[in-house]
Amino acid sequence: MSAWLEASFNYQIGQFNLQVDFTMEREIGVLFGPSGAGKSLTLRLLAGLEFPVRGSMVLGERKLVDIPGGRTLRPRERRIALVFQHLALFPHLTALENVAYGLTGNSRYRQAGDWLERVHLQELAKRYPAQLSGGQKQRVALARALATRPDFLLLDEPFSTLEGPLRRSLRRELKRLHRETQTPLLYVTHHIEDVCSLGDRIFFIKDGCLTGSIPVGDL
Amino acid sequence: MKQALIISLKVLAVDIPLLLLLGTAFGWILAKKKFRGREIVSLLVLLPVALPPSVIGLYLLLLIGHFPLFRNLGLLFSFPAAALAALIPSLPIMIQGARSGFASVPVELEDAARTLGDSEWRVFGRITLVLSRRSLIAGLTLASARALGDFGVTLMIAGNIPGTTQTLPLFIYSKMESLDFAKAHIAALLLAVIGIISLALVKSMESNKHERLA
Repeated sequence: MSAWLEASFNYQIGQFNLQVDFTMEREIGVLFGPSGAGKSLTLRLLAGLEFPVRGSMVLGERKLVDIPGGRTLRPRERRIALVFQHLALFPHLTALENVAYGLTGNSRYRQAGDWLERVHLQELAKRYPAQLSGGQKQRVALARALATRPDFLLLDEPFSTLEGPLRRSLRRELKRLHRETQTPLLYVTHHIEDVCSLGDRIFFIKDGCLTGSIPVGDL
Repeated sequence: MKQALIISLKVLAVDIPLLLLLGTAFGWILAKKKFRGREIVSLLVLLPVALPPSVIGLYLLLLIGHFPLFRNLGLLFSFPAAALAALIPSLPIMIQGARSGFASVPVELEDAARTLGDSEWRVFGRITLVLSRRSLIAGLTLASARALGDFGVTLMIAGNIPGTTQTLPLFIYSKMESLDFAKAHIAALLLAVIGIISLALVKSMESNKHERLA
């Protein structure tokens, strides 16, 4: 039986070469490595925000990338959500409108409201990002990403700016949301604490090369 | 004066949509697209701001005169020439406003919209345009004020024909020449008031922008 995600990319920018080749099941993967190793770039390639020189990517039954030769799906066609390191909440939209952004149809605000409830922010639906605390912004960004019901969720160090207790509480929340939605996710971090408390499998990346993976339990 | 005011308003009616369209397109390309020679293109589009109006007028005159197509259209010393004359020196102001507005929108926000299902046009409409609208309005206001006040280029390629190409600045000039200071004063006051209102509008756009960022 083939894996949930099969990805193989070769990407070149200036002197930096990124070589990624990995498979993943419907689990929580943690992409672990030092700064500048190519972690964020790997997520951007998976999300379709960058195009590799060569590569292929199959998610579930769908072929998303086939270069050279085949077709490459654009970000909007991939059903892959990305939570950015700086969250990228739209400053001109309220929390509710941010969560509803990727939804369509008449019920989109009701659905967005349900998602805000799931992250315990229903009271703050009408607030703008500038009026929210760091932890509240993280929750809105998570709700916005999950509301689109993606096949795969990518998180680029979303809790990097948060301190101890808040960070732990958000990790628990992320794990709970993963259990509830069954959405496989890949989480980028360079904190070993994140790896141990969040991940099922850890992928090591160094100097643009994904060197291998082991189950977190084996660490 | 009424005639000159109408001509000026007609020039604005033609130029504002063109400023919006061309200024937004050039501003977006210069802010968001990386291509070889981008810096040279940005300098070239600023050229009309740096050149004296008489120089722009002279070269436009030669350019239009050189091509039979333009010549046969009867462009020179007509209302379209007045509209073109006002457009050329004001377009760089609009392009600069649009460029700085678009450049101030973080790419990460546009990428977020893409991953949330937006096409490139929708990203532009829902994120880039909305977040840079204050800079666009400020740029359009200043560019329109510049277009309304153009004297040199209009005189060179459209002339000073009452009822056809005589805009308010040319009307002031004509009245000064005929020593009719009262009428010149009224027209000058009108242009000065419009200029001050434009600046106040630009200022309010800037302060709102800072409030939003705070």
